[in-house]
This record gives sequence, structure tokens and C-alpha cells, in this order.
Amino acid sequence: MTEADFSPAALSEEVEIPESISGLEPVRSVRTPIRLVYDFVPSPSVQEYLRSYSERKILGHRSPVDGAVFVPPRGVDPRHGVLIEESVELSDRGHVGNFCVTHLPIPGRDDLDTPYVSAWIHLDGANVGFLGLVAGCDNDEVHIGMRVQAVWKEQEELGNTAENILYWKPTGEPSVPIEKAGNRAWDRTNE
Amino acid sequence: MNLQFLSKKLVIAHGIEQMNKTNSFRDVAVVSVASHQTKILSEVNEVQLMANLISKCRNSIGVTQEEIGFTCSGSSDFLAGQAFSFVHTLDSVGAFPPISESHVEMDGAFALYEAWVKLQIGEVDTALVYSYGKPSAGSIIDVLATQLDPYYVAPLWPDCFSLAALQARLLLEKGLTTFERMSEIAMRSQNNGFDNPNAVRTSKDISLENLMNEPVIVDPLRTSDISEIADGGCAVILAAEDKAKSLCERPAWIKGIDHRIDSHSLGVRDLTGSPSAFLAAEKAGRNSDRLDLAEIHGMTSAQELILEKEFSLSEKTHINLSGGALAADTMMASGLIRIAEVASRIMSGQMDRGLAHATSGPCLQQNLVCILEGK
Amino acid sequence: MSELEKPLRAELTVEYPFTRTTGKVIGAFMTGLREKRLFGIKRSDGSILVPPLEYDPVSSEPLTEMVEVSQNGIVETWTWIDPPRPQSPWDTPHALALIRLDGSDTSMLHAVLVDSPSDMRTGMRVTANWKEERIGHIADLEGFVKETKEADS
Repeated sequence: MTEADFSPAALSEEVEIPESISGLEPVRSVRTPIRLVYDFVPSPSVQEYLRSYSERKILGHRSPVDGAVFVPPRGVDPRHGVLIEESVELSDRGHVGNFCVTHLPIPGRDDLDTPYVSAWIHLDGANVGFLGLVAGCDNDEVHIGMRVQAVWKEQEELGNTAENILYWKPTGEPSVPIEKAGNRAWDRTNE
Repeated sequence: MNLQFLSKKLVIAHGIEQMNKTNSFRDVAVVSVASHQTKILSEVNEVQLMANLISKCRNSIGVTQEEIGFTCSGSSDFLAGQAFSFVHTLDSVGAFPPISESHVEMDGAFALYEAWVKLQIGEVDTALVYSYGKPSAGSIIDVLATQLDPYYVAPLWPDCFSLAALQARLLLEKGLTTFERMSEIAMRSQNNGFDNPNAVRTSKDISLENLMNEPVIVDPLRTSDISEIADGGCAVILAAEDKAKSLCERPAWIKGIDHRIDSHSLGVRDLTGSPSAFLAAEKAGRNSDRLDLAEIHGMTSAQELILEKEFSLSEKTHINLSGGALAADTMMASGLIRIAEVASRIMSGQMDRGLAHATSGPCLQQNLVCILEGK
Repeated sequence: MSELEKPLRAELTVEYPFTRTTGKVIGAFMTGLREKRLFGIKRSDGSILVPPLEYDPVSSEPLTEMVEVSQNGIVETWTWIDPPRPQSPWDTPHALALIRLDGSDTSMLHAVLVDSPSDMRTGMRVTANWKEERIGHIADLEGFVKETKEADS
């Protein structure tokens, strides 16, 4: 190897462009799109969850190690790497563990009016939360610990899909104190 | 593959060569393996599959995740159709309290190499390596086209079997092999795999005539010349020195491990051979003693023949007793499974010394060789 | 889940637009395609590399001298693609081959447009066929066809 300056600019200056094309506008980039299609088949635990969801039932998974409940169910307790076989039906009420007010529209969701509130919904009886939309009140009213309930789609619109719940609305019940709100699965492990 | 990457590998390879000369390597062994392959994984998802395999692998030698020093996995987001898909699979490890972990977007055999290097550094004494793939969910032949030269080749979307067919035709037309020889390899795979619960395509009594009369599906390759794509996964535990001896009665010691890569440009290579496979085997120490068995990772019968030549495998070496990738080929795991197959036969006392091989890239472009030995 | 229920499934599509910058060497090759010309690059040992790369695959030295190569060449190996992949430039079955153009010492991958595998032979001579509209892309080449004995106009 020589001790030439190997910066990209220096190297490319040395390339001899053939005379037949040297006066022409050079190609500087190439479009190379890719599109891959998958046939996604969820695991039996997720299938069971989706089918129950179409009946307005929310299933969680209970860990055989310490009874912690995970929702949505994935068939495994992620803290211990053990399979979970026990399903438990959860209520569709809970509280806001954390939230964020979004002001920018996102691609593919023209139905979402900005600003909207994304929240971590902690259902009664579950140890972890999941992402949900909070609506049915002023965005300013949303707070950690706020009690919420699911607003489901009409019967004929239900399907095997996460879209069955339109949003979570406040119930007006007394809020969960901030020290007791949010993710408790980790606390259990440290007990 | 750009040249910067290649030169980094040359530097690492040189470093390892220096260590080899001064014999300052730590003895590292495979002490536990678990694997599963099936045509289509339907009862469980990849996370549940791996939770089972990883638990089995740890429990069989009585180690907990807390005792594992380093975890490294191999898998492909493009295969799963999801960015960071491997993070979901960490659920199967039980990664809490937080673990020291790494991932390669490659076959698990290369994750094993990274774990081996980590053990050489001396900071940890045990490592968990795992890999998996669920090709049934997507179109693997299109997924693999995306690894090719993005300007000149990938926009033509050549599938992996067609490229392998180009290679096979060269061998046939240059007189380096025959259809009959290729069918013999296919027959060997189906016979050998018969007793392997992981093998998908097996037969105790398929004849050479049956095989040679099969339809040509990717000219000139017949059905059984091409690997049987399968879902599955594999988990392996490595341990160093005394730790290995305390965990396993007869560890499968890694006597040498090396990997090399040829140019990514198909037209530059002589596809009738694989210089990187030859070099990896040489550097791993293939020549220093006899080989009882070899597990070689070829996607076609023609590729197995190329590897037999590059590794100078004689009739004394049992080749692909598992059936090889022709019997069950799980993208991202087939290479690690080859290592697991050799290791388990050594640990059981069945064999003493073996060569395990893993490949990556089109037409045997990149190759890893691992020599394992019992005491 | 009862055994009678078919498993739920959903089509999942992952799409990426990707526009890649070419740099001078690959850019020149692509410009050549747009102009119906084929270029290679001279390697450290004097041999010609087609398609051109920025660095020598063996010596890793930067390469700078580009040369034009012929539109004609020979098929070094081939296979048959049927059916064509959905995203490939072709709609009908065709051969996929490594073609070494006259003047080049390495081969390039592209299609040979013939009706059936029985029309293909290793060693056959082929010539480039170009698309009417070209933008500077490997698919500006429609493919290669059997070289005829008459000179092209």
C-alpha cells in the first residue's frame, strides 16, 4: 500500500472517467427499493389472546415463578425465560402509568388528530403496561395514576385485532397515588 | 463486503495466528447443546422455542443464567420481518438482572466465534450461544437476495438456489463432478438423517435411481440436491478450562477455530472451489490430525462436494451423520447446529475428533471451521 | 384454540425505498449503461474487472483506470428462472447467467433472453440488448440475446 491520502475525495479524483462519457452528466445514485412480504402466524398464546379480544375479553399470562401477570401475553416470562401456560382474564379498567402528548402526525395514522395522548395502560391485576390511546377528556387532564376504562368498537366492527379498543377514557374514580402507579413487575423481583 | 471489513478480519486473523504460535490460547470447550428443527414451527413461536432449548441447555449441566458470563446470539431481522427481532428473543434467556450480551446478524456459528473470543480475553469463563430462524414465515429466497451487491446484483433479485445452480453447472461442465456423484451425496444425507429427530427430509431406502430421476427444479439441480428449508433453533454453552471440566465429564474442546471470506463479486471468484473454506480449515488446524467426523454446511449436494475437496475429507471421516443441511436447513442456525452435532458426538464418547463448518453468503463465500476434540 | 379453527394469519410487508450513492467508479459504469456502453476497470495485475469495483479484490489497491469493453461475450454458466421473482426486472421465464464480455477477465450476472433451457449452452456467444429508456441502472440492460452472425446496424 502506498502512503497516498486515502480520503474518499482524494481517491475519486484519480479515477479516469472514459472520454466517451466524460462530458456527460454522471449518474450519482441508484434507486434500489426492496419489498419483502411475510405470512405472519402468531403463536398459539397470541392467537388465543386475539380471539378473546374479539369478544371484548383481555387475556394476560400468569408467571409460574411468582404469579406476575403479563399483558399482552407472549408465552414466556421475560425475567426468567420460562414458558407461561396459564391465562387469566383481566378487566378492561386500569390506570395511566405514564403518558406523552404527541403534536406531530405519524405516517399511516391519518385518523389520529393531533395533539393526542399515548399512554402506558396498567390494567387492574396486571404487572406490566402496554401502549394505548387516551381520549375522552382534555389532554391537560391526563395524569399519572388517572383511572381509565376501555372504549370498545361496536359489536359488528370487532375482529381479531388490537384495533378493537378505540381508546381509553377516564372513569372519574379517585386516581392511583403516583408512588403506586406504573410498572410493578420489577418491584416483585426485588422483593 | 467492503475492503475495510476484510482488512479488519485480516488483522484479527493475524492476531489469532500470533496467539496460536505462542500457545497462549485458553482451552475452551462446548459443554452442553440443545437443538430442534422442524418443517414449520406452529405449536410455539421462536421465543418459546428458544426458551425451551436454552433452559434445556442450561439445566442439563446445572447452570443458571446468572452464572453465564456472556450471551451471544445469531439471527436475521430480514428473515423475521422485524427490526430488532432478536430483542424479543432475549425474553427466552431471562435477561434480568441485565446480562452481558451481543448479537450477530449471522449464523450462530459466528456468534460462537465471538463468544470464543470473549472467553479468550479472560474476563468470563462461560458463554451461552444460541441462534434460530423461522424461514417458513417469509420468502427466504428473496430475503437472501438482499445480501448481494446492491448496485449490480440485488436489483436482479437472483434467488440463492439459482446462484447455487450456477455453481453446480460449472462443476458438472468442467468435469469436476457428475450427476451421479451429486445424487450419492443426496442419498447419503437422506440415509444418515433417518435417525436424527431434527432431520426433515430423510429416507432409509431411497435409491440412486429415484434421485437421478427427480425433476430438475433449478437447472441443473434436482429436488434432493437442494437443502430442505426448515424452522428451528440451537443453543450451545461454552466454558473455559477448569470450569468446562467441572460442568461436563467429557467436554468437546475447541482445538482451532477460524473464519475467512472470499470476494463478494461472483464473477471474480472461481466458483468451483472455496479458497476461504480451505484457508479457514488450514488455520483452524484441520491438517494436524485425523478426523473421525465432519459436519459440513452446504446448501446443495454440489456445495458439499466442494467442501469435501477443500477440507480433504477422506473415506475414513464420517460426513454429515446428522444428514446435514440437505436434511434440514435452518437459515441462521444450520452452522451452529453443525458445531452442536460434532460436539454432542464427542461428549457422548462416540467420536474423538471432528470438523464442524458453517457458511454464509452466496456460493460458499464466507466460511467458518471449528475443530473439536475430546480427550 | 380448537383444532377446527384455522390459525390466524396476517400479511406483513416490510418495504424500504433506498437510494444509494454510487461514487465515481460505479457511477461511471451506470452512466455507461445509460449511454449503452459497458465499462470495466483495470486491476493491479492488468486484467480487466467487469463490473468495475473501487478496490482490487485481491490486492485491495484502489483502482482508477476504466476501459470500455465489448457488448458481446460468452456464457460461462447459466440456470433457468421460472417463474421470475416478483421484483426482478423480468416478467417471463429466462436464463440467469454469468457472462464474460470480450475484453473482460471476469464475468457479470445478467439474464439471457431465450425461450427455453434447451436454447442455452455454456460457451454460447451473446450480445447486449438495451431498454428503450435508460436511467443509469443495471436493468437498463434488458438482457443478453444470442449473438447473430450478421453485423448489427
